Amino acid sequence: MKPEQLLFAKSHEWVFVEPDATGGKVATIGISAFALEALTDLVHIELPKIGRVLKAGQAFGEIESVKAVSDLYSPVDGAVVEVHDKLVGELENLPQDPYGNGWIVKIKLSDEAGLGSLMDYAAYKKQCEEEGH
Amino acid sequence: MAIALRETPLHSWHASHGGRMVDFASWSMPVQYSSIVAEHTATRTAAGLFDISHMGRLRFDGPGAGQFLDSIVTRRVADQLAGQVRYALVTNDQGGILDDVLVYRLADAGGGEYWLMVVNASNRLKILDWLAPRLAEASDVSMLDVTDNWAMIAVQGPRAIELLQPLVETPIRPIKYYHATETRIAGHGGIVSRTGYTGEDGCELMLGARAAEGVWQSLVDAGATPAGLGARDTLRLEAAMPLYGHELSETIDPIQAGLAFAVDLEGRDFPGHNALVQRKTQNNAPVRVGLAVEGKRAAREGYAILAAGKSVGEVTSGTFSPTLERPISMGYVPRDYAAPDTALEIDIRGRAEAARVVKLPFYRRPK
Repeated sequence: MKPEQLLFAKSHEWVFVEPDATGGKVATIGISAFALEALTDLVHIELPKIGRVLKAGQAFGEIESVKAVSDLYSPVDGAVVEVHDKLVGELENLPQDPYGNGWIVKIKLSDEAGLGSLMDYAAYKKQCEEEGH
Repeated sequence: MAIALRETPLHSWHASHGGRMVDFASWSMPVQYSSIVAEHTATRTAAGLFDISHMGRLRFDGPGAGQFLDSIVTRRVADQLAGQVRYALVTNDQGGILDDVLVYRLADAGGGEYWLMVVNASNRLKILDWLAPRLAEASDVSMLDVTDNWAMIAVQGPRAIELLQPLVETPIRPIKYYHATETRIAGHGGIVSRTGYTGEDGCELMLGARAAEGVWQSLVDAGATPAGLGARDTLRLEAAMPLYGHELSETIDPIQAGLAFAVDLEGRDFPGHNALVQRKTQNNAPVRVGLAVEGKRAAREGYAILAAGKSVGEVTSGTFSPTLERPISMGYVPRDYAAPDTALEIDIRGRAEAARVVKLPFYRRPK
């Protein structure tokens, strides 16, 4: 996927929303290339269990590099329906393909209202520039 | 108001070669250039190159210099011979650690002698303040802070000496561990010491600030890998070397830190001497241990160490070890929990993970 198709949270997670088989919406979630570039030397990712209910802004996992640990925050309200377990053993895929094979979880949306507060790629890029990197 | 960070003589090299610069003790220093793991591994398998110019370098001259230093540090240094380097602690009156330092006694080209104390960047001003009144009362010794005039570079790893020798006039291999000498480095006056903070063989160089970039570039061209503070930390932690502000602080004494080898109590005096004599007999203080955790989440600085669900101590340093490919930590626990293989738990961000005490160091270089 291209970042231009995605929505972004302030905390650097990206979101791709699409309809699911039951008429609801499912959000695929990952971390931006910008955030991953700052996180070299990944050693571990802690993923949630399927079924976990999340509110937008709630931490759902952790990404750990040699130097530090960062929380992963859900950009949406919903329940975890799929988890990219293979990532744990293939962490190098994350920075190599952050918007494709680097997806982390899929969340079935319980509420779409929160999507409005996410940024598009242009706004997200601007935020990153302002963060002084 | 933004206060500008201090810059070492190698700063512009770091900034223009991919160095990710951060504030370390008010100096702008590179955390990494590429990857911490790559820089760490290069040091363990070939040669890593470290800019350590931010460290404080204090020079002591005069016939009273040795006695003066002997009255300040925990280690006997008055009998140190020219060319020897000793690790010591500077302690306060309670025996708490103000800094860990290296003390050098050196012969200069003119047949004279002087001493150097190399101190942590974060403690330089504190140590200068500590020394000032004591210097004022001492006779036959003067001190000069030469930090800004010199650069300091560490070359560490199995190939370090091989890569360094072409630049250094004195044969390096005969220089024994914890020994140093004045020599010429790429034609400039400087000091080479067989010391380091990585657990590998290698040297630390002191040389004039203006000569630094040329020497650094020559070492890079010869195959040494620039390595930043990130790798410096993972390397020293694998070698179980303490870091001030983590394993060492003003509320920790050298004995509980496992540094009794750097404390000489007999027949001498220094600030905190009596407190340390007491420690040797009534020793209830928590002691430094190595810790291994199950799983991949590292037990990091500040995390609580638990026994039967209760906090008994704290982690002081922790990371993922690139060489061992598992998390490693050091921390302090009461003596009763300090035996190797003692089962404990560590609260890693809300989850108690199984852990056990392990012997230090985590890594020893192959003979």
